Formats: sequence, structure tokens, C-alpha cells
Amino acid sequence: MSEQSTGLLGWIDARFPLSKMMREHLSEYYAPKNFNFWYFFGSLALLVLVIQILSGIFLTMHYKPDAELAFASVEHIMRDVNWGWLIRYMHSTGASFFFIVVYLHMFRGLMYGSFKHPRELIWLFGMLIYVALMAEAFMGYLLPWGNMSYWGAQVIINLFNTIPFVGEAISEWIRGDFVISDATLNRFFSLHVIAVPLALLGLIVGHILALHEVGSNNPDGVEIKKTKGADGIPLDGIPFHPYYTVKDILGSVVFLAIFAFVIFFMPEMNGYFLEHANFDPANALNTPDHIAPIWYFTPFYTVLRAIPDPFLGFMMMAMAIVVLFLLPWIDRNPIKSIRYRSTLFKVNLIIFVITFIILGYLGLKPVTDLYSQLALRFTELYFLFFFVLWAYSKPRSGGFWIGSFIVLLVGITAYDFLVNSSEQPDLIWKTWVIPAAYLFITLLLPQFTNWDAEKQVPERVTS
Amino acid sequence: MAKDNIDPGRRKALTTGTAVVGGVGAAVAIWPFLSSMNPSASALAAGAPVEVDISKMEPGQQIQEIWRRKPVWIIRRTPEMVETLPKLTEKLRDPDSLEESQQPAFAQNEIRSIKDEYLVLIGICTHLGCSPEFKPVPGEVGATWLGGFYCACHGSRFDLAGRVYKNVPANKNLEVPPYHFISENRILIGMTEDEAKA
Repeated sequence: MSEQSTGLLGWIDARFPLSKMMREHLSEYYAPKNFNFWYFFGSLALLVLVIQILSGIFLTMHYKPDAELAFASVEHIMRDVNWGWLIRYMHSTGASFFFIVVYLHMFRGLMYGSFKHPRELIWLFGMLIYVALMAEAFMGYLLPWGNMSYWGAQVIINLFNTIPFVGEAISEWIRGDFVISDATLNRFFSLHVIAVPLALLGLIVGHILALHEVGSNNPDGVEIKKTKGADGIPLDGIPFHPYYTVKDILGSVVFLAIFAFVIFFMPEMNGYFLEHANFDPANALNTPDHIAPIWYFTPFYTVLRAIPDPFLGFMMMAMAIVVLFLLPWIDRNPIKSIRYRSTLFKVNLIIFVITFIILGYLGLKPVTDLYSQLALRFTELYFLFFFVLWAYSKPRSGGFWIGSFIVLLVGITAYDFLVNSSEQPDLIWKTWVIPAAYLFITLLLPQFTNWDAEKQVPERVTS
Repeated sequence: MAKDNIDPGRRKALTTGTAVVGGVGAAVAIWPFLSSMNPSASALAAGAPVEVDISKMEPGQQIQEIWRRKPVWIIRRTPEMVETLPKLTEKLRDPDSLEESQQPAFAQNEIRSIKDEYLVLIGICTHLGCSPEFKPVPGEVGATWLGGFYCACHGSRFDLAGRVYKNVPANKNLEVPPYHFISENRILIGMTEDEAKA
């Protein structure tokens, strides 16, 4: 295609690759024709980003990043600024929706193996976006200067205290003071409004450029570039624009309807999107009875609480995120899509989703004997998932299955004997069944059933 | 310039030298920015001692003050409360307060205070910095509870001298700030007696 454009577009094209970029990334970017429901969430994430940036710009016009004024300025936005309540609820609801969309987007990647060769860099960019998003959300949560903002930030920043020797200096450096104070609020404002959004935008550009370099994966996990027609265009590909732009507009409309419903009828989501304690101003003398992070952090928070030693708990929480970065090198099975993976892979993935949800639920609840044992058990399941994923990368011998079953079960049991303790010791043995059953299903069934049988991947996409 | 005039070794040395000098310069230029994030001179200066009148405290009562923007508790312990302290040695991680960072030398003992009756603590959990709650009633937090402080955030427990229990997330005793009695009923928080004399 070398059509020469004329007029204004021609003038621009002679000076800037406008048409060329439009072709490369939209009208001649060939995406697999079999995208399904799960492929909405990438474009929806972009939509939420735009909503957050726009609503954020207008909130910044009225917000005051000062410990004396911040809480009142948010109330001012809610009560006095024209449509301020709407803009603020868009922003606060948008934060939670961002994570809903991103978690579904990541789950799509897990299901269809979108992180596998040659898309490892897309996954790494995506993980960096996820981490930047967590930082952005965490710093944004301090800005209303409510009591939960204050104590939530206190707890999270003190995580760095647990690092031996340098921890205290690091957390003082982050806070700019010995406690959370005006200095902390001011810098979090700066980082939330300028630094992290800039980094996010750069990472998103990297994510999309890497995607367009190698091409999209699809629900069949087939590389469409392998079968091209005489014109050099993939036979199973359709131009992103207009086909997927139209599809994504439909997704956006449905999404915006749900989003608007939440903004108008349940913006606090009963304390899950905006926590009740945050309607009190920050008070350095009064910790809320129960500090729970906002819901999208709670799975990792549970991992932190499951380990009694503070530094080890912090390390495990960090590991829970680091291990996600390593996914392309953990799951080395050449079959990408869940459609052609074994039954046990599906079972493992379903258990992982349930585990993640339960970890999230436990992070919202106060610590009790039962919950702290469950937190430990599901933390074990969280990490075991990745071992099993690695184990399912290729056919293994019977000795491997039985051997790893025994080693892991002995390891878990040894931890119970040596470290784990509870006011009600019988809980330890009752909950021990959870990892034991998990290991039995995932590591022994491949040996004794044919549930590990994989299906033949087709040459072309199927629908 | 003719190609054979190029001295690749010299060119490489110059390129490397420029890159190294530039890199060091850039690295040094980061320092003022990083350092600007440390506590400022005014934050460092905001640590003046606080004087507290304890003449109106009832036995068993807790009051809160602020010193260096941290909550500081003063608890007037009853004799029954003090009697619980020796009973707990087995259950505590650091019953004799051997961890030196957690108290001035005068409080490095079982009661962790100058006078048996008055306990002074920084009310910040040594785990992740929540402010624990005063739970003086035996049995209030589990059947074997003899009174103490309970942190609802992550379930850490401390006894009535701020000493941490075993097997809870916190691994240090609550911090005792420097303080001394300037008269029978007045405490100065932020300075030990030796520091005040000096």
C-alpha cells in the first residue's frame, strides 16, 4: 500500500508518519478473528485510564495537599464544587474498576497462555503496569486524609521497617518524617499526580508496542502469522479497525453502563470501594478498630499476615508478586490455550482463582485463630499453584509425581510442627487437609488417571 | 577524513571516558533530589519534650499524650496489674527487655518503668505501627488474658508492661520513651533525668 494522500493529510504525512501509524496500529494491524469476551478487558483498561486521568485533572483543581486542609477540601469537592461529587466518585469508583478490569485481563493471559513465547515482554510490561498501578492507588488513597488513609499508609510504609538494618531509614525517607505527616501527604500528591501517571503512560506504550510487534494471542493459542494468504495477510486475521474498534465500543458501552450504575447508586460499595473509617479525618491517636486495605490489595495483605515473622512476611508478600513476573519461565508448556491443556491444568487454574478470592476475603477480616490458619493454608496453595504449573510443563515420570508429592507434603507438615502455632491446635490439623488435598489432586492424579491428557492444537483458529 | 586515520583504540577510550564521567555526574546529580525526601530540618526540630500532669489519674486509667507526633500512653497500674507481670515470663518473647532499642536503661526490667505504678509507653505497635488498644480486663482477649494491650490490626499482644507475647506478628516490646518525674505528679516525656541534668 503506497497510496499518496493529498490535502491536509498529505501535508502532515510528509512531515509526520500519521497515516503510517494509523495503518500499522489500527487499519492494518491484523488481530486474530476469534477474539471472545475476555478480549474486552485490554481496551477497557485503557478506557478506565482515560477516565482516571480526566477526573483526576479536575479533582486536582479543587484539592489541597495539606494535612490541615486536605480532608476539608475533599468535603468541599463533595458538597460545594459543581458536580464535584460526580467527578470524585468517578475517580474513586474508577480506581476499583481499574483493578477489576486488570485482574480479568491478567486472568485472560493465564487462561490462554498469552505470556508465553514470544510474548514474554508484553507480560513483563503488563506486570510493571500492575505494580505501578498498585503504587498509584496506594498513594491516591492517602490523599483524602481520612483515618483509614492515615493508618493504612502507616501500616504499609512500616512494612519497610522490617528490612534489617536499613529499614527504618528507608521508611523515614519515604515519609519525610518520623510519622505520617504533612510531608508525606505532599509528596504522595506529587507522585500520584505526576510521577506515577507518567511512568504508567510510558509502560502502556511499551506494552502496546510490544504487542503490535509480535501480534495478539487468541483463545486457541494459534499463531496467526504462520498461515498467511498470497497477499501476505494472515488468513485468520482481521484488521483491528474497524472490526475490533467496533467490538470494543460495544464493550465500552456495557462497561460504562455498569460503571455509571455504581457511581450513582453505590459509590462506596458498602465500604469496599470507600471504607467507612475514611469518613473520619486522620487522627494520629486513634487507630480504626480494624484496618483492612482496600479490596484489591487484600490477597497480598493476607500473605503478609499469614507469616508470623514481620520481615519474612514482607518477603513472602513481595514474592507473591515477583512470582507473577516469572510466569513465562514457570509455565513452559508449549500449548498456550486452556482449550487444549489437560483437565488437571483447568482444575489447578480454578483452584488458583478460588484461592486468590479467599485470600482477598481473609485480608478484609480481622485476625482470628481460624482465619490465620486459613490464611496460611491458602498462602501455601497460592505458591504451590506455580510449582504445579511448572510441573505440568511437560510429561513427567511416576517417580517425579510421587516424589514431589511426598517432599512438599513433608515440607508443609514440618512447618506445622516447627513454626505454626495456634490457640486451638486442632485447627492446624483440620486445615492441614487443604494443602494435602490440593497436592493429592494435582500431583497424584496425573499418575493414576488420564486427567493429564492434553489435546491436539489445531493449525488454524477454530471459530 | 580518511578511514585509515581513525584510531579505534583512542576513539573507544574517549567514548568510554565520556560515558563514565557523564554517568558519574548524572548519578551525583540524583543525590540532592533523593536527600530532599528525608525528614527536613523542621521535622527534626519538632521533638521538644512534653510535660504531663498525672495528679488526676485514677488507678487503672490510661491517658494519651502526643510527643514527636506519636501517641504516648501513661497508665496508672493498680497493684493487681503489677502482680500479673511476673506470671507471664514463660509466654513472652523478651521478658527482661534485653532489646536495647526499645527502652532507656532505667526501664530494662520486668516493670519497664521508673515507678511500679506509672507505665509510660509509645503507643505504636512494633509490628506495623498501628496503635494497640488498652485491654486491662482479664479474659478480655482470650481466656488466658491477664490484661495488657491488643493490636487489632494484626493480632499482636502485649502485657501490662508493654512486653510482647510469643507467636504474634510483633517481635519487639512496645517502646518506652525517655522520661522522668520532675515532681511527684508531673512527668516530662522526651528526656531522661540524666539528659535533663546535662
